[in-house]
Amino acid sequence: MSATWAASPSELLMKVAAKAAGRQRSLLRRRLALIVGLAMLVMAIVASVFAPLLVSQSPTAIDVLHPLSPPLTAGHWLGTDQYGRDLLSRILYAGRIDLAIAFGATSVTLVGGTMIGLVAGYLGGKIDSFLMRLVDLFFAFPFLVLIIAIVAMLGPSTFNMFIAIWITSWVSYARIMRAQTVVAKKQQYVLAARALGYSRIRVMFRHILPNTASPVIIFSMVDAVGNIILAASLGFLGLGAQPPTPEWGAMISDGQNYILTSWWLAAFPGLAVVFVGVAFSLIGDGLADVLRARDR
Amino acid sequence: MLTVRDLHSYLATGQGVVRAVDGLSFTVHEAEVLGIVGESGCGKTVTCRTIMGLMPARSVFTSGEVIYHPRGEHSLLGAPENEMRSVRGSQLAMIFQDPMTALNPVLSIGDQLIEAVRAHSEYGPAEARGRAVALLDRVGIPAAARRMRDYPFQFSGGMLQRALIAIALASSPRLLLADEPTTSLDVIIQDQNLSLLLELQQDTGMSMILVSHDLAVISEVCDRIMVMYAGQVVEEGAAADIITAPKHPYTHALLDALPHAGLRGQLRSISGSPPSLIDVPAGCRFAPRCRFVTPDCLTWETALIAAGEHEHAARCRRLDEIDEGRETWLPSDSASA
Repeated sequence: MSATWAASPSELLMKVAAKAAGRQRSLLRRRLALIVGLAMLVMAIVASVFAPLLVSQSPTAIDVLHPLSPPLTAGHWLGTDQYGRDLLSRILYAGRIDLAIAFGATSVTLVGGTMIGLVAGYLGGKIDSFLMRLVDLFFAFPFLVLIIAIVAMLGPSTFNMFIAIWITSWVSYARIMRAQTVVAKKQQYVLAARALGYSRIRVMFRHILPNTASPVIIFSMVDAVGNIILAASLGFLGLGAQPPTPEWGAMISDGQNYILTSWWLAAFPGLAVVFVGVAFSLIGDGLADVLRARDR
Repeated sequence: MLTVRDLHSYLATGQGVVRAVDGLSFTVHEAEVLGIVGESGCGKTVTCRTIMGLMPARSVFTSGEVIYHPRGEHSLLGAPENEMRSVRGSQLAMIFQDPMTALNPVLSIGDQLIEAVRAHSEYGPAEARGRAVALLDRVGIPAAARRMRDYPFQFSGGMLQRALIAIALASSPRLLLADEPTTSLDVIIQDQNLSLLLELQQDTGMSMILVSHDLAVISEVCDRIMVMYAGQVVEEGAAADIITAPKHPYTHALLDALPHAGLRGQLRSISGSPPSLIDVPAGCRFAPRCRFVTPDCLTWETALIAAGEHEHAARCRRLDEIDEGRETWLPSDSASA
């Protein structure tokens, strides 16, 4: 890059100061993504955890006299569904299940996949070959079909959905982590740690892991969004949470029958998915910037 | 202290077998500093890493014996990983070439130092911390207690090297392998760190192997010198003997390439580069670059030949002839004065 030309030292200082201010702003903007994302996520969590305090109606209370009330009806701010159940209440309670999937499914696969990738990459040899062929095997299947097959085999329920995601989703983490580890273990600081007589476990977890974890952490945010959408898809297909338990995917699925007359049945749960999805994406972007800045 | 007998370390690569270390034997005595000199790629680093058992077992094949006498008369080569781990750090420690990359970038200097102190001791956290600060202070880091919190990127190259020395000495090793410890530093810092290293060696009475491609550095510090070329020792002996009365043409050439006070005219460089260690030439390995080469040199079954007092030996069949003719071709002090 060519340097900026300035006529005098004072002009130069002004130009550099302007550039520095721009850098600071862009740093703030990057932090902003993280802060806004976290705020949105906290909002979603608080709203679903404290749902009983925010809405008076039960998500499963049927009111046959007022089905398909439009939004802004008194007492039903987002309207009611075909059984007269309050939509706002259902969306908030459904958040408990969908957010549990985002965290529960993702955290287990993040930790498990990372460990497996770390061990495979560091130990190498037969263990590495075996684990990575296993990963290849999982990647060879169409992901959704594999999950549907597992849920169908175990029987549809929320917990079985977790199991299906645990079984299949660790592979991405393992592959990313292994690639990172193979590079990191040739670094001099790893060799130096070994030269001090540190144990394998210590070298792996204290010296390699902190230097290689940022890609998997960033990916886990993308994966969390993916898992919510996956849960919604399975709910849509009737393989996730079972009625009358509210779940965003299942609600969208139910709502599509009324999409031309009562659009709110599908639209509001859809917006909830988008809201949480955007929150995780912003956190992922923000984290990526923050972690990358630290690496420099 | 340490005896290395007929050490071979061959690397299996895509291009072929690299004979990085080819029949190396030497002994390091108690409290002795052994210098290993040679150009890049002549097997110095591989020698150090092989002794430490740090070469990747899947692609590197070794033979010979590495005997660390305080731990008994068996060879450490191929010893179980558990045993190697208990020797590494606590008995044998190593300082790596590039201080900028030899520390973990995400842990503070203090954490890494405390970890090294605790690795082979029963110190509690507070004691270990005290000892870590003392070590950092000992290697000359100003405001040691405060700098414990710093991360490697906040240290300069010279300070990182000092921190690395502190970490290597954390468990009071009996033998320190310093692999080009000063190469990436500027000359003044080089000198300071080298003096520090020597001072610490004398204080603790440990033995040291100092690896360098710089004969000037080696000659200042070492008791004995071993000159390596293409994976083999070409000359070994007491430091003074090697510097004042070199026997091997390669050692001569290395000395000629050193600038020194009173030198007139050009420095003499060594033409060519070391041979590939994949296709090692038959006979004397230095022959292609040697000014005294004869056809017989190309077929000579090389061996170290005794060349004087203090176990001075060189790998040259024309040792005596060359020594006699020295005056005529060496830009010696008498000629230039």
